[in-house]
Amino acid sequence: MTLLRHLAVAIIVGALLAVASVTLNSFRDFQMAEVATYVTAVAGLTILIGLSGQISIGHGAFMAIGAYAAALILMHLNWPLVAVLAASAAIAAVAGLVLGVAAARLRGPYLAGITLLLAVALPSLATRFAGTFGGDQGLGVNVTTPAFLGPSFPLTRWQAWVACAAALITLVLLANLARSRVGRSWRAVRDDETAAALAGLNVAWLRILAFAVSAACAGLAGALLGITTTLVSPGSFTVTLSIALLTGAVLGGLGTLPGAVWGSLVIVLVPTYVTDVATSHGLSSSVAANIPVAAYGVVLIVVMLVFPAGIQGAVRRLLGPAAPSAGGPIGSLRRRVPARDNPEEGAS
Amino acid sequence: MNRSPRLRLAGVTAAAAALSLLAAACGSSGSGGKSGSGSSNAASAPGITKTQILIGSHQPLTGVAAPGYSEIAPASNAYFQYVNQHGGVYGRKIVYKYLDDGYDPAKTVSVVHQLVLQSSVYAIFDGLGTPTHLSVVKFLNAQKVPDVFVASGCVCWNLPSTEPDTFGWQLDYVREGKILGAYIKQHFPHTKIGFFYQNDEFGQDGVKGLSAEIPASQVVSKQSYVPTNINIGPQVAALKAAGAQLVVSFSVPAFTALLRLNGLKLNYSPQFVVSSVGSDPITLAGLLQAFAKQGGAKVNGIALTQGIITDAYEPTLGQTTNSWIALFKRIHDTYIPKLPFDGNVLYGESVAYTFVQAMLKAGRNPTRASLVSAIQGGLSQGPALAPYAYSASSHAGMTGALIGVIKTGVVVPQTPVMTTDTTPTGAVSPYTGSQPPAPASGMP
Repeated sequence: MTLLRHLAVAIIVGALLAVASVTLNSFRDFQMAEVATYVTAVAGLTILIGLSGQISIGHGAFMAIGAYAAALILMHLNWPLVAVLAASAAIAAVAGLVLGVAAARLRGPYLAGITLLLAVALPSLATRFAGTFGGDQGLGVNVTTPAFLGPSFPLTRWQAWVACAAALITLVLLANLARSRVGRSWRAVRDDETAAALAGLNVAWLRILAFAVSAACAGLAGALLGITTTLVSPGSFTVTLSIALLTGAVLGGLGTLPGAVWGSLVIVLVPTYVTDVATSHGLSSSVAANIPVAAYGVVLIVVMLVFPAGIQGAVRRLLGPAAPSAGGPIGSLRRRVPARDNPEEGAS
Repeated sequence: MNRSPRLRLAGVTAAAAALSLLAAACGSSGSGGKSGSGSSNAASAPGITKTQILIGSHQPLTGVAAPGYSEIAPASNAYFQYVNQHGGVYGRKIVYKYLDDGYDPAKTVSVVHQLVLQSSVYAIFDGLGTPTHLSVVKFLNAQKVPDVFVASGCVCWNLPSTEPDTFGWQLDYVREGKILGAYIKQHFPHTKIGFFYQNDEFGQDGVKGLSAEIPASQVVSKQSYVPTNINIGPQVAALKAAGAQLVVSFSVPAFTALLRLNGLKLNYSPQFVVSSVGSDPITLAGLLQAFAKQGGAKVNGIALTQGIITDAYEPTLGQTTNSWIALFKRIHDTYIPKLPFDGNVLYGESVAYTFVQAMLKAGRNPTRASLVSAIQGGLSQGPALAPYAYSASSHAGMTGALIGVIKTGVVVPQTPVMTTDTTPTGAVSPYTGSQPPAPASGMP
């Protein structure tokens, strides 16, 4: 039943987005695809951090794995797009599984360190093995609009459709997973590992699984990034990208899927919007150039000071006290600290 | 208890979708264009109206690459303003919209999509940086947007068969490496040589050119750096330990300065040979003083640049009687007097001159394709010291440079202009022609 309800919501939102993409210009379609790409990655990351309690500041590396997988498969095997996306997610999931095995032994800053290491080191493989991965120039991703949409169908709209569809499917799957036995077990492990183990949960396996799921989302997002920019190159997967994903997750509200949407909207749209405003007010270029950076910082600081639970936390507060504070799929996704103060959590 | 959270999920998702719609709806619409020709101006291409030519660019106005490089786009704009005040291009005024990408390739993708899809620029002009511009080159070619005069010496802009709309401009790093290498081979035949280079396309291409000329037996050490790690002490120590008496450096200005300062610390002062990218004396002197100050020391920046051998593909700033330097200095003093008149400003004005040259050649009512074919038809050399290589089969820009030595903050020419190609065996030979003087009107 939950699955059906989530599906219904996704279909309605999907229809709205499809209508939007037709009425908007190409650049807005591109931004839509960009937001959807970030949503896919941030959703996976927010589940990893908020639900399973493990941190990763190197998720850009999994995006790189997914992106290169997609580019190579399209180039050499020319699979259909759906298969390419699924394969990219699967390959990234395997990588996540491997890292998860190491991660399951590490905590806090040590885990952050190893994931950061991955983000820094992995893209340089592309230049080390330039024959396969195309070096700094990267690999072209050859995407065309399918024939049934007609010859004049804009490529950016098709890219937006693919990205939005993938993001919605990811959100539906994650929402259900979070509500399932697995999601409840993750929360139990996050809140108290010893108690979870005493209750018969396989703590190590659950932590590894969270990494794999999260990496699969990032891999899918990487493939989407390749498709929307028609290029996969090491320059696209800098540490800055990994930090941006983390920022999106924290800003939106850790552990909440709608938060992933808010966070992605902010990291994609705020810089562009502020640049437009800054340049249209005739400021000198040295001032105008620095305003987006400053605005981004101000947004970060304000959100964290005023709404420590992220934008989704603020939205929930604005929607009124009538809403129950815990239990249910979204309420319980938010991490509460300390968890022992909320004995009802996980009992939904 | 069970129902309301799900309703909230629905509500929130819908609200998110609505917000994205709202944000997206704030956009402006693009403009189409009809092709046409004749004696009156028409809106012949996207970005071209009867009165205006709109071009765009991505530039590092903030971030690590901003010091120095952020002057280039304002300098280009100063030249465009000069042209606009002197009749424009067939009466059209050039509007130059350059956006900040912070030297971050992900941001480059975003701002270039904005320029092409939303602002409908006619062309992308002088997009700066190798990793940044690589992230958009395929998109621009798929959209058939002229991608002219990329501000990077990567040989990868010269791929006319796969990227027909992209053109380089400055001397590429392979040619530059060969010209420097030929000079070293001739003047330092028994010297032990060390390489110091940025470990990416820029440095590796440079080393390719150097290795084509300098005998491998003379090279005692090859050290590289990555721009994100400023601790280059180990590399400098390795160069010293290998006994390198001459160090050739393919580095950005900040790392040239670090190389010099780390050498001083180790009491190691070999002969430095630095590619033009990292040797602008004014930028370098400023960086040397700033870095030394951070370390609690005081140095004379100009004195530390004394004796560095470098190359120049444009007239040097010290040649104040050169007609090109005089022209660009005059425009600089009128439009951007607050910026220093250094190599970056010279670069920005020169590349803008070349663009106006190409636009005039593309005709009164240009399409995007006619700009590409105008450049492929060849451009006269203008402010460049050696001719451009532009043709249907080559999208490379300048082909030669001279070798100079920095003396009291200016580059003093030592050799005639040398030209070469990008093949390992192609000879480095003196250019027999001479650079025509700048037109008195300042217009191509």
